[in-house]
Amino acid sequence: MATIRIQSEDFDVAAECAVLTRNQAAIGGIGCFIGTVRGFSKSREIRSMTLEHYPTMTERAMAAIAATAEARWQLLGCTLIHRIGTLLPGDNIVLVLAASAHRQAALDATGFLIDWLKTRAPFWKKELFSDGAEAWIEANTEDDNAAARWSQ
Amino acid sequence: MSQSQPAGNTLNLLYFAWLRERIGTGEESLSPPSEVTTVAALIDWLVARGPGYQAAFANRRTVRCAVNQDFAAPETAIAPGDEIAFFPPVTGG
Repeated sequence: MATIRIQSEDFDVAAECAVLTRNQAAIGGIGCFIGTVRGFSKSREIRSMTLEHYPTMTERAMAAIAATAEARWQLLGCTLIHRIGTLLPGDNIVLVLAASAHRQAALDATGFLIDWLKTRAPFWKKELFSDGAEAWIEANTEDDNAAARWSQ
Repeated sequence: MSQSQPAGNTLNLLYFAWLRERIGTGEESLSPPSEVTTVAALIDWLVARGPGYQAAFANRRTVRCAVNQDFAAPETAIAPGDEIAFFPPVTGG
């Protein structure tokens, strides 16, 4: 039921919502999270961000995350789209949509999906700064804590 | 490669992000000796191969592993033919 894609091209949020709701009269709400490239990292200006992933594992990990959400909430569909390659400040990185009959399940599932995606799907981001330096983004404990709250 | 093990003992190794950069390749097939039966033992064996591996595995707490596309622990068993990936903690989303 979940739509899962990894792609270099941008996504169209309205088009993805339309796909999700097509022939699904029971849907009463869609939770949405769009992750975008920040122009600054700790006050350093970013020129671009490059996303690398582990192709065979990524789709499998994303499908497992979606299946967990579908088992936990009464979802009527969900969409996970993650971009790869080189992106510029302001560009979209990730789209999470979760549709349900009522808002609470849609919103909670959306939060769960992005929190788990950030800590369990094998993607890595490298920032290129405006001064030409580059650095891999390090995982942070806030993300781990955000993901852990769904285990309670 | 200078290993003398038969081809049937081969592991397909993948490295991502800064592990790939430090080791200098994203993928290689290696045949460690038969006593290398866990992820931790494989890392020990890799580190002895040279400075790139030493740099990649210098702080093992910052290295994650997947065996056949599932997250694995240091004690996870490995077998000939497995696909074993090493990478930093993930930072997608």
